[in-house]
Amino acid sequence: MRFYEYEAKQVLKKYSIPLPNSLFVQNSDSAFNAATDLSTDVVIKSQVLSGGRMKAGGIDFANSPEEVKIKSQTILELDINGLHPVGVLIEEKKNVVQEYFAAVTYDGRAKKPVIIFSDMGGIDIEEVANSHPDHLSRTHFSAAKPFSPFTAKNAVSAVGVTGRELNQLSGIVTNLCKLFLERDLTLAEINPIGKLEDGSIIALDCHLDMESEARNTHSAFLTEIGVPEEDNRQARPPTQFEIDAANVDAADTRGVAGNLTEFDGNLGLIIGAGGGSLTLFDAVRAAGGNPANYCEIGGNPSVAKAANLTKLICSQPKVDKVAVMMNVVSNTRVDIVARGVIKGCIEAGFDPAEKIAIFRIPGSWEEEGFALLERYGVDYVDRSVSMHEAAQRAVQKMKGI
Amino acid sequence: MPAMFITIEIDKSVHKDQDLCNRLVSMCPVDIFEISENSQLKTIEENLDECTLCNLCIEASSDEQIKIEKLYRSDSN
Repeated sequence: MRFYEYEAKQVLKKYSIPLPNSLFVQNSDSAFNAATDLSTDVVIKSQVLSGGRMKAGGIDFANSPEEVKIKSQTILELDINGLHPVGVLIEEKKNVVQEYFAAVTYDGRAKKPVIIFSDMGGIDIEEVANSHPDHLSRTHFSAAKPFSPFTAKNAVSAVGVTGRELNQLSGIVTNLCKLFLERDLTLAEINPIGKLEDGSIIALDCHLDMESEARNTHSAFLTEIGVPEEDNRQARPPTQFEIDAANVDAADTRGVAGNLTEFDGNLGLIIGAGGGSLTLFDAVRAAGGNPANYCEIGGNPSVAKAANLTKLICSQPKVDKVAVMMNVVSNTRVDIVARGVIKGCIEAGFDPAEKIAIFRIPGSWEEEGFALLERYGVDYVDRSVSMHEAAQRAVQKMKGI
Repeated sequence: MPAMFITIEIDKSVHKDQDLCNRLVSMCPVDIFEISENSQLKTIEENLDECTLCNLCIEASSDEQIKIEKLYRSDSN
């Protein structure tokens, strides 16, 4: 769950990270008042959950409250990447002499959080990593042990920062790491961190993402910073297909059959198991297929739940066939899912033998499941066929190969 | 929609044993059994396909009082 910048800055403030003074407003009159209160040159920043605000015209500068009023009106009316701003942040403009970058995220390969720090802030960090790798440090730390400020100091000093800046920046990075761990964030990024003419260091822009599953744990904290419980922070409003799938999942507590994201293609996907859904989705794309959806199925859903999801996917006019594919399952039963998808197909008015391009779920109770699939003439494969090969076969079937 | 994959046959002798009827209702993990208004044990049609083949009902009864049939297997293994 991504935070708006004005919310993220409230969070940083709670963690004693220095910031420019700013006020969040939702109309141009309030923007005028905010600029009057700040009584300095300001930056007007669109509050929208999208990158590329500067390029899109979502950030502008102003020297007077009158100018703020005019420019904030323009920004408030400007959609960025299809998203409408919820307001603007009126923030003190600061003269920056040096910019830094600091981020904390998870390194999936190392299975640990990592601090990424650079003394070349304000620009695309991937570009810094490619062109100036000596200006970027990556420092892993434990998510299980208390965070040590010494780790932050190592991350900052690794790019050659010394003296007063080292102490100030280490403090900011330490607090950023504590925030990351305590609030179950998946990303805590400050870019840029600015060094001002007087030598002080402050966070100028930031991006915080919280693990969606952690929302309940931090509900009091979220209420404190004004995030409404019903605000789902999706990049776009959910489609009817997605809402219906969420309802299927919510209606029955047994297992998971939902978390569906709609795409434009014609191959319906019923996929999952231990990261299998992402792998299989990518495998379908890599084989030249066009998925109609991403979804997750697992945790041994009931027959009814698997059937209702299948029925929903099969009923989409754009879906020509469905591919039912999972990693090797242990806690999900092959025969139960097989019953569900066959039932769902039939209830939607289709012949499972025609509608199911491939069934590839090996594992628990597979013999029973395969007997069932055979009875209904569904094309199935066992674990000797890899997930990638199964995806390829499904795509070939779609193309009539 | 009627059950497609599983049917369960209840022997008449089960109905005479109210304790057994109650046990079967409470032990089935997917709520296949219920007791009708006339105190007879019966199956809930919409739950039959949820049968996990755990065989608890078979173990709780005796002499083939409960029979589970897999409609998709000709040998009903």
